[in-house]
Amino acid sequence: MNNAYRIALAGNPNTGKSTLFNALTGLRQHTGNWAGKTVSVAQGSLQHKGNHYDLIDLPGTYSLFSNSADETVARNYIVFEKPDITLVVLDATSMERNLNLALQVLEMTKNVIICINLIDAAEKQGIKINEHLLTRQLGVPVIKVSARNKLGFPKLLDTIDRIITRAIECNPVPTIYDEEIEEKISRLEPKVKELWKDGPSSRWVSLRLLDGDEDLMREMEKRMGREENDESSRVMD
Amino acid sequence: MRESKMTLADAEKGDVIKISSLGLDGVMRRRLLDLGFVPGALVEAVRKSPLGDPMAFKVSQAVIALRKEESSKIEGELFNDE
Repeated sequence: MNNAYRIALAGNPNTGKSTLFNALTGLRQHTGNWAGKTVSVAQGSLQHKGNHYDLIDLPGTYSLFSNSADETVARNYIVFEKPDITLVVLDATSMERNLNLALQVLEMTKNVIICINLIDAAEKQGIKINEHLLTRQLGVPVIKVSARNKLGFPKLLDTIDRIITRAIECNPVPTIYDEEIEEKISRLEPKVKELWKDGPSSRWVSLRLLDGDEDLMREMEKRMGREENDESSRVMD
Repeated sequence: MRESKMTLADAEKGDVIKISSLGLDGVMRRRLLDLGFVPGALVEAVRKSPLGDPMAFKVSQAVIALRKEESSKIEGELFNDE
């Protein structure tokens, strides 16, 4: 179906991403309790309030800076394929590690929902999570769910619907770096924007340029039009 | 008493070390940061292999094994008993 909205699922390995994917789509994609389970990208569909959604289960990664093939697949999907919504699945029992990936995604794309999974397991361990405070601090909806016991699904589906219908707007709070870096970003960003108007977030690309991410530059070159290529090589010099 | 400034490679089993800096670059630095080896983080040496290399460290609720090559470049301070 052409008018289906695309929702990408991203998250650390072993956070129950595939369980959530299966619960939402009714598919039986194999889930297992070991890292690196999702090797390629699985896809399933879902209907809610008359809208069709395609769900894309990205490989589980700790990061999206492309240290491995899995990270490249996940990163490329989020920044180049531009899903309508990126759902970041976090493990409620290990928020510190998991928020690293969430912050990276928030730098890449705007329409993000943070989905805190395994909330029942966390509560059993005495972990309390204030999702309202997190929503305010991150600038995007934060929802607690248990994929295994299907808790929190109505709210998740409702939030997806409200983003698609523009009833709510995501405004990810940007990570601010030190003065030197911010100054360089402000010089790079207009040039990045000019080169590729409908490309990935210009702030994010600028940051990757400053980090010397050559792999990303090659990927961008591949995906940009030919004439744009000539210009990009000039900027990269 | 042991010198409190050390690298993770100097740790004994049970030591808790507060990381101060990472003397690594590029992909490996990024990877270690992603795994939770960030300045300010508390890391516990949980296991040593028979020859002392690699070593296992507990960092933000996960156990990660590091080779001496990397652990000797992560600096910190002993944080054992407060």
